[in-house]
Amino acid sequence: MSPTEPVLQVRGLSKSFGANTVLRGIDLDVPRGKVVALIGPSGSGKTTILRSLNGLETPDAGSVTVGARGTSADGAAGAAGGPGSEGGTGVEPVLPALTLDFGAKVTPREVAALRDRSAMVFQHYNLFPHLTVLQNVIEGPVRVQKRPRAEAVAEAEKLLDRVGLLEKKDAHPFELSGGQQQRVGIVRALALKPQLLLFDEPTSALDPELVDDVLEVIKELAEEGWTMVIVTHELAFARQTADEVVFMAGGVVVERGPASQVLRNPQEERTQAFVRRLLHEI
Amino acid sequence: MDLFWSSLGPMLLGAVKGTIPLALASFAIGLVLALLVAMLRISRSRIANGVGRFYVSVIRGTPLLVQLFVIFYGLPAVGVKLDPWPSAIIAFSINVGGYAAEVIRAAILSVPQGQWEAGHMIGMSRGQTLLRIILPQAARVSVPPLSNTFISLVKDTSLASLILVTEMFRVAQQVAAFSQEFMLLYLEAALIYWVICLVLSTAQTQLEKRLDRYVAH
Repeated sequence: MSPTEPVLQVRGLSKSFGANTVLRGIDLDVPRGKVVALIGPSGSGKTTILRSLNGLETPDAGSVTVGARGTSADGAAGAAGGPGSEGGTGVEPVLPALTLDFGAKVTPREVAALRDRSAMVFQHYNLFPHLTVLQNVIEGPVRVQKRPRAEAVAEAEKLLDRVGLLEKKDAHPFELSGGQQQRVGIVRALALKPQLLLFDEPTSALDPELVDDVLEVIKELAEEGWTMVIVTHELAFARQTADEVVFMAGGVVVERGPASQVLRNPQEERTQAFVRRLLHEI
Repeated sequence: MDLFWSSLGPMLLGAVKGTIPLALASFAIGLVLALLVAMLRISRSRIANGVGRFYVSVIRGTPLLVQLFVIFYGLPAVGVKLDPWPSAIIAFSINVGGYAAEVIRAAILSVPQGQWEAGHMIGMSRGQTLLRIILPQAARVSVPPLSNTFISLVKDTSLASLILVTEMFRVAQQVAAFSQEFMLLYLEAALIYWVICLVLSTAQTQLEKRLDRYVAH
């Protein structure tokens, strides 16, 4: 299969909350193994896109396709979005591509199927406070995906070790710093073996000195070849990590292109103003 | 004082065989009812919501004694004749259901929306998220108010004496009527209720500590 084949294809996505239109016909393509950063002022609709991809919002119109067409069980671990090193057993069964057309009525079952193909990292981590770190990570694989517990635990421990938190596996979230919690949030997402990783402002709730640890982990995932969509205000991070930057404002895409171009040499006036403001803030 | 000691045995027996099992059974059934009603109240269906709201409104808006009398003395008029014990358990369960439903609903709503979203994100259905993610967290919040409900219930079981259930207070009434020592026997009954409630309060504190372990303060 072609490396440029999109893992995510969004067409004409629109969404209103009452009289407030937050998305006005968004198109978005994310090829396999690529990282797209969504930037823009608050209320521009970035987060609503992400939430729509994970079925947490139901758009009014438009379509979302997750997974590459022609993907099948022989798609190997690469098709699971990430590198082969994750699986342990090598070949993972991969869910076939799925398209939801929100113009028609969408059933909860379809939304659940869409959700199965991606995993999200939340701004406020949203770890389960009553479960340990390890239990947080294996809850999805064991309870939902019905994978053998021993296997899920082994994978979870490997992932926790990668982000330097193996020794915290029996701790509860409140015993961790924000940065540690967010790294657990990332591991929880990875453990689901999604085809697409979604990050919703993953460092916005963190104390400044904890931001880098989390960004470092995300950068590594990008280098490993995970397909990701990241909503972020960290422009330096976006420039280093993203293959494409999409600047949104008022529910539309104002400008998009290679990270270096959009962030260093934006063409649109609104993008220029936004980038200038954020850079001066720093 | 002899009467105090000689009546203590029968009254404690009344507590062990009447008051306590009546309270436990009614609370257990009532909690199940309450959970169901709380589900109705948080459901997106307007009809379900209305049914839940109506139930809570009727139960909280009418005296427990009246509910008890309707079931025991009223229902035979429409051909439903129940013995004292089942009548009492039904009345108390329905009553607890109404009060605890609101406690459970509030506790569920107190869990941040992000917990539902994280549950959905890892692929759980609404029901699964509720059971595995939301209720364990709601339980912690609802222990103090549910303990209140339970303690009230223990004392309210004395009303069952009025529909001929042989619980502790009925024993006290019988001994008092026979001996004419009203002050002594009713104070003795009060003392026993108080001791039971003290034990329950201690249990509540322990339970709260247990459930609080995993939460930052």
